[in-house]
Amino acid sequence: MIPLSHYLILGGIIFSLGVFGALTRRNAIAILMSIELMLNAVNLNFIAFARYLPQTMLQGQVFAIFVIAVAAAEAAVGLAIVLGLYRNFKTVNVDEINLMKW
Amino acid sequence: MTLKLGIFYFLAAFTLWAAAVVVLGKNIVRSAVALIFGFCGMAALYVLLDAEFLAAVQVLIYVGGITILLLFAIMLTSRIGVTTARVVNDQVILSAIAAIGLLVGLIYASTSGIPAMSGPPRLPETAPFLGRALLTTYALPFEAVSVLLLAAMVGAIVLARKE
Amino acid sequence: MLKLVWLVPILPLAGVVINGIFGRWVRERAHLLAVGTTGLSFLIALGIFLQVLTGRTLNWDVYSWIPVGDFHATVGFQADPLSAVMMLVVTFVGFLIHVYSVGYMHGDPGYARFFTYMNLFMSSMLILVLANNYLFMFLGWEGVGLCSYLLIGFWYQKQSASDAGKKAFVVNRIGDAGFLLGLFLIWRTFGSLHYAEIFPQVAELHEILAQPSIFGLSLVTWMTLLLFTGAVGKSAQLPLYVWLPDAMEGPTPVSALIHAATMVTAGVYMVARSSALFDAAPVSMTVVATVGALTAVFAATIALVQNDIKRVVAYSTISQLGYMFLGAGVGAYASAIFHLATHAFFKALLFLGSGSVIHGLGGEQDIRRMGGLRKHMPITAWTFLIAALANAGIFPLAGFWSKDQILHAAIASGHVWLWALGAAGAFGTAFYMLRLYFVTFEGESRVDPHVAHHVHESPRVMAVPLIILAVFAFGAGLFGTSPEHSPYYTFVNPVFRAAGEGAAHAGGEGAGHQGPSEFTMALVSVAIAAAGIALAYQMYLRRRELADRMAERFRGAYTLLLNKYWVDEIYNAVFVDFGKWLCHRLWFVDAKGVDGAVNGTSWLTVFASHLSARFDFRGVDGLVNAIADVIQGGSQAFKRLQTGVIQNYLLAMAMGIFVIVSLYFFF
Repeated sequence: MIPLSHYLILGGIIFSLGVFGALTRRNAIAILMSIELMLNAVNLNFIAFARYLPQTMLQGQVFAIFVIAVAAAEAAVGLAIVLGLYRNFKTVNVDEINLMKW
Repeated sequence: MTLKLGIFYFLAAFTLWAAAVVVLGKNIVRSAVALIFGFCGMAALYVLLDAEFLAAVQVLIYVGGITILLLFAIMLTSRIGVTTARVVNDQVILSAIAAIGLLVGLIYASTSGIPAMSGPPRLPETAPFLGRALLTTYALPFEAVSVLLLAAMVGAIVLARKE
Repeated sequence: MLKLVWLVPILPLAGVVINGIFGRWVRERAHLLAVGTTGLSFLIALGIFLQVLTGRTLNWDVYSWIPVGDFHATVGFQADPLSAVMMLVVTFVGFLIHVYSVGYMHGDPGYARFFTYMNLFMSSMLILVLANNYLFMFLGWEGVGLCSYLLIGFWYQKQSASDAGKKAFVVNRIGDAGFLLGLFLIWRTFGSLHYAEIFPQVAELHEILAQPSIFGLSLVTWMTLLLFTGAVGKSAQLPLYVWLPDAMEGPTPVSALIHAATMVTAGVYMVARSSALFDAAPVSMTVVATVGALTAVFAATIALVQNDIKRVVAYSTISQLGYMFLGAGVGAYASAIFHLATHAFFKALLFLGSGSVIHGLGGEQDIRRMGGLRKHMPITAWTFLIAALANAGIFPLAGFWSKDQILHAAIASGHVWLWALGAAGAFGTAFYMLRLYFVTFEGESRVDPHVAHHVHESPRVMAVPLIILAVFAFGAGLFGTSPEHSPYYTFVNPVFRAAGEGAAHAGGEGAGHQGPSEFTMALVSVAIAAAGIALAYQMYLRRRELADRMAERFRGAYTLLLNKYWVDEIYNAVFVDFGKWLCHRLWFVDAKGVDGAVNGTSWLTVFASHLSARFDFRGVDGLVNAIADVIQGGSQAFKRLQTGVIQNYLLAMAMGIFVIVSLYFFF
């Protein structure tokens, strides 16, 4: 039997990688990709708990479905915004877009 | 080491390698493709966790929808093949510290205080189970998400429209 | 009856108040109240005198005046032989002079004011002689000084008169300062200022009193010397006599009353009253006698050549006062007081007579413009002659007895030179007095023709007092013909003996009967006086040229005497001018100093305020600016947080989560 902690650790690693990417990647789309990674890691956690914890209604998996739905919506909107950014600034490198700089 | 464990490790390594490429890849397209692989790896892990329905949903939506979307966006916003620009920005070190710190915390949380449990030998079929749940107990969130998706669709169209 | 003694000074005081307040309405009738109160005082004084004659005395504290801690001064009266005699003299002579003044001051615009002041004087003088303690006496002392000033400067519109009044007051003040110091010493030593408490103690405190003090003089010597300085000022002795000749600026009744009969004698009275103290201080007594004798001779020399009728009499007064002090200084207090009384009569008479002459000649005072007035003013002339002879000491007039007794006491004390000075003075006195008479009333008239028409005898109101005084000048001496047995001496001597007993063993000068007998001395005195008169007769009646030739021959001496030894000029230069110079210097320093200080202070203030303003500006500005700068700097620093790069914000969030999570785990 695979211990629960393995899944959790795996999820944690993927989540941390996603965090690192969100914080360091310059390309806006890459940031969105990192965010998708994070969401995926979270999903993994949910489903792992749904499998290993006594649940009556598989709440974990239900939640995971919702997460997926929301992730999709968010990806769509986010990419639309990125397109708008690109149109205005001719670049998708977020560290070059600092209109809100003091 | 059982077979299951070995498969788990293999899938885990695969997914991790894909995630690494996503995060550290110089070429953005390569990152996108690696993301596909990553999603697939995750789907396989779901199967390993007796969540077949979700694995299918994962592949359908994530791979078939989101990554396509990402690739579209990439096409529209960058010149493919430019790999000389820097990948990461200036705050690499701090981010690494933060991420590692977070990881440490998560590992610590994962390994302590959770009793070793195994759960039921095998889950029943999940699809009908989920269907029932979604339309009865979780009907409200379900409808809400529908509205959300509608809004997201409209929003995306409006935002991405050509002026 | 005795207790009515308080009325004696109060009645004139009532006159003062009423005449003073209602003077404007009373005007020509002011004399009624003034003379009336004085007369009433005289009657009461007479009654009291008779009571005291029977041997009753009074020492009565009427009112507690200043009770402060140890110091207890009272308003109190004393009726004993000494004060009775003084009181009688003062009220009697005062009354007569008041009557005289009614005629003399007739028509003067300040008529009511005159009588107000005269009554005030009477009141003060009576307080002086009736007081039973030094402080109350000092009140009277000061009062008479004030009245002297007021009355000398009565015609104040005249510059010389007001100057003379000021001079009198200032010179008096010098004496008063010494007097006060003496009082302080007395109080310190005896613990009281009451005669009845001091004099008996003199014997007991002999050791303390005899203790050498400053300059080696004993305590009691200092006391008495200081008291004597007061007497020197008030009684016009050397060197504080200069005010009295100038005091002749006042109306003649004033000169008669104040500067002949009463005020100037206050010093003598005071010394006599303090006989117990003086007896214990032989050094002081010698000083007193010496000063008296010197003054007697000094003033007599000046009187020899003066040409103003009143001046001659004034210097004569100074001289006779010297005799009184001479008498007191050799221990013959009773004789001194006796001479005081007789002198009051004949000197007042001389002054009133002079006033009569001046009045009759319409204001003329220079004897060189008089002469042969006997035909026109017989009463004045005869009374004047009697007074002059009395002053010269001719037997059996009053002045002979008293002056002779003093001279006898002087020689009996062993100090022959005192007698010699006194005798020389007596010669001079006789000479100048008769000179005055001869030049004024005898010989051919040198009166100015315009004035000659008006020459007339004085009205009755002025002549009658002259006659009365002449009677007393003639016969008063008979009361005191012998220092042991006569009525006067038996009456008064106990006062001095009682006091003297206490100090007997303290070494008071015993008036022993050494030396020549009284009879011999009397003959000598008469001889001297006669010689003086004879010389005057020769020089001024028989052969007038003699006087002028002598003046020519001894031109230097003559000028010296005529100018009164230039004492006034010397005093002026030394004291007055020096004082003024000093004041000017001090004023100068003061002005510069004060100016400088004021300016300096203001400059300093302005400067300080400038500094403060600048500091304020810098401070306030600086503070405000500093705050603004801090905020600005802070904002400059913090704004860098707003990089505009979202990933920075994300990093911040991640770090935050990391921190919180780790905290959650480890705590």
